[in-house]
Amino acid sequence: MPETSELHLAVALDGAGWHPAAWRSPDARPQELFSAGYWTDLAREAEAGALDFLTIEDSLGPQTAGPDDRTDQVRGRLDAVLTAARIAPHTTRIGVVPTAVTTHTEPFHLSTSIATLDYVSDGRAGWRPRVAASPDEARHFGRREFPALTAENVADPAVAAHLSDLFDEAADAVEVVRRLWDSWEDDAVIRDEPTGRFVDRDKLHYIDFDGHWFAVRGPSITPRPPQGQPVVASLAHAGIAYRLAARASDVVFVTPSSAEHAAQIVAEVRAAESHLERPRPPLQVYADLAVFIDEAPGAAAARKRRLDDLDGAEFATDCAIAAGTPGELADLLLGWRQAGLDGFRLRPGALPHDLRQITGALVLELRRRGAFRAGYAEHTLRERLGLSRPANRYGASRSQTGRSQTGSYQIGAA
Amino acid sequence: MTKQVILGAHFPGVNNHTVWSDPAAGSQIAFSSFAHLARTAEAGLFDFFFLAEGLRLREQRGKIHDLDVVGRPNTMTVLAAVAAVTEHLGLAGTIQATYNEPYEIARQFGTLDHLSGGRAAWNVVTSPDAFTGENFRRGGYLERGDRYVRAAEFVQATRELWDSWDSDAIVADPARGEFLRPGARRGRFEYSTENFGISGNFTVPRSPQVHPVILQAGDSDGGREFAAHSADGIFTRHSTYDAGRAFYADVKSRLARYGRSPGSLKVLPGASFVLGDTPAEAEERARHIRRQQVSPQTAILMLEQVWNTDLSSFDAEGPLPPFDPDPEAPSIIQGRARMYDDPVTVARKWRALAEEKNLSIRDLIIEVTGRQTFTGTPASVAAEINRSVQDDACDGFILVPHLIPAGLDEFAATVVPLLQERGVFRSSYEEGTTLRDRLGLGPARPAASWAAARREHADA
Repeated sequence: MPETSELHLAVALDGAGWHPAAWRSPDARPQELFSAGYWTDLAREAEAGALDFLTIEDSLGPQTAGPDDRTDQVRGRLDAVLTAARIAPHTTRIGVVPTAVTTHTEPFHLSTSIATLDYVSDGRAGWRPRVAASPDEARHFGRREFPALTAENVADPAVAAHLSDLFDEAADAVEVVRRLWDSWEDDAVIRDEPTGRFVDRDKLHYIDFDGHWFAVRGPSITPRPPQGQPVVASLAHAGIAYRLAARASDVVFVTPSSAEHAAQIVAEVRAAESHLERPRPPLQVYADLAVFIDEAPGAAAARKRRLDDLDGAEFATDCAIAAGTPGELADLLLGWRQAGLDGFRLRPGALPHDLRQITGALVLELRRRGAFRAGYAEHTLRERLGLSRPANRYGASRSQTGRSQTGSYQIGAA
Repeated sequence: MTKQVILGAHFPGVNNHTVWSDPAAGSQIAFSSFAHLARTAEAGLFDFFFLAEGLRLREQRGKIHDLDVVGRPNTMTVLAAVAAVTEHLGLAGTIQATYNEPYEIARQFGTLDHLSGGRAAWNVVTSPDAFTGENFRRGGYLERGDRYVRAAEFVQATRELWDSWDSDAIVADPARGEFLRPGARRGRFEYSTENFGISGNFTVPRSPQVHPVILQAGDSDGGREFAAHSADGIFTRHSTYDAGRAFYADVKSRLARYGRSPGSLKVLPGASFVLGDTPAEAEERARHIRRQQVSPQTAILMLEQVWNTDLSSFDAEGPLPPFDPDPEAPSIIQGRARMYDDPVTVARKWRALAEEKNLSIRDLIIEVTGRQTFTGTPASVAAEINRSVQDDACDGFILVPHLIPAGLDEFAATVVPLLQERGVFRSSYEEGTTLRDRLGLGPARPAASWAAARREHADA
């Protein structure tokens, strides 16, 4: 068998699931979408399946752009970083990767919030940076005016320049966040009574970033997080976003429509990387896939159709959609994987149903084929992804191994 | 009528009050430390947990200050995690109005309120300093006089956002296919003032408290007035009985002009404490702690804050400098408020005191700076706390332990039961109540009502 190596498997959590009518499914919990218990249960379920990590969607605006008077779909969303922090103490192994927007926000706050997520999860934090391109979101902040975005005008030079600026700004934001994570060396706290010093100030570093959109002096107020550098994972549909991923990320989520398309995208991603001096290991490429899974042949497709009927439209999202049995889905994942993918980020069509199918039947099927781990071995998210704890850019000669001594505190092991 | 005592638990800050040299001093950043203090506070039935914030490491003489505990988490993120390890405890976070925008702060506190079942509180602070601004794209662009204007508009904007969803907007009825009630308000907002021009759709549905509890920290006239027209509580330095009574009377007297009752604003001084089985033992422990808090190096550093010059060649166990400070020299301190308005007078006073009592630099600093608010047996401390509350010197205290993480353990175990015996502190948490309920604040007043009261006063 060519497929003896193990896949990486992540799950993308959002509301009641990715189908707009998912909240109307029999086992959905639509009254609880804004409660801690709902999110904790989802996280524990994902951890029960030994998935690599979960992501949490977010944006600085509603689920749909523009005027919206629909009442039959979920609207409203909680802050993803805080949701991740809320569930972290209730889990012990799964990675937690919230989305946080770089466009209208402060890189300094982003850095401390993800570093703190790394502390409260004891080394399981990641971050999905995201740009907010719409004029609607810009008006929520009232500091910048953005051009209207439509399907037709994306090629206009002014709009293209706007998008290009946002991705450049995002790359700068990630750079600032990463520098701030390194701005404390691991052994900066010395508690040296003879000299009265708590900290060795020579091991705290100004980052002195001075870019087009912001200047940030540093150092961080938060000591270097347990993983050193939490995992940065970005979603990319096109060249401009592949380039951002190549500059900034450890993991990239891509959206192929077929195995052939996946191969083509992987080649584009590798090309984007080859134009850069990447100071970190090669990007890990995950394909996004929206999934509906049921054991009985045809049942998943029928369920999806019922949801489509309820919603009044065929479900469409920005990635491919698969509906099938656990065996069919395993075939698809292992087939696409040949294109050079490191893993998948599965978007459950309906929660918790399709998450349970992933952590139950799909994981079992993949294990049977030797393509998924039997359980968690590693502790930190970086370790699970095969990423070593990176040396600190400001203290290059020092130790590269071992987690920092942060202590740990967890409850409710799943 | 007997007032009930409000108690907050302050996670020890990044200053010399927090002792790191003690064998019992643990990590200032590990989540286990935050969980420990929060659980102690919850076991002691405290009203809330409190976190300060500082967004730039302090500097003195152009170098990062290295003598005090330093390094802390992001306030909101750690509070969200503390919500997971507590059930009833309020979660109060200090967040700058200067380096944030209303939309994101409203989202974060709305989220925290949802994820904690109605336990969120926001301590609003506002700092215009360019030094901290160097870490932010927003910079330090605020004129000092404008900061409370912007802060008030900021808080008003967040209240408008929190009100932008109807309380019954979400019906989530699968049978009827209605997630939202037709016609309900679902986040639409528009807010336009001198400092803000924002509009659109807010993403966080109405949270259990509707408005998290708003605290204000700042004792200046502007700060007091801000508290009077915009806050539910004020965090103050006036922790002594006499200063507290004057402060309390002043702040409460400002409420009527905004149509508010005296009980609608809680006055909560920060307070430190040292306990002992006997008064003598408590005094001895207090002396020991003061020496831990004021190391020889810290003594010199604090002296430099008055003299405003390099005194590193002086011996902390020796006499004070024979010369006066130069009041014209540029400030050597960055990242915290200037502490002495008239350094020459302070320096002369300190020198006279040192000569009179034959004090070294370190002894003098211990003598003149930050002694503990309460020192005594649990019974005497409980009595003092109760007296301050019953005599309207405050409505309760935000207690600041000197040790991480166990600095509150003894207080919770010994003083709290004595307050309960006096009938001035709860003996259990009431199920299903929000922080707002527990503090006796009543339901959140609509944003429009706050704005109208401020407007009426401005017009009067």
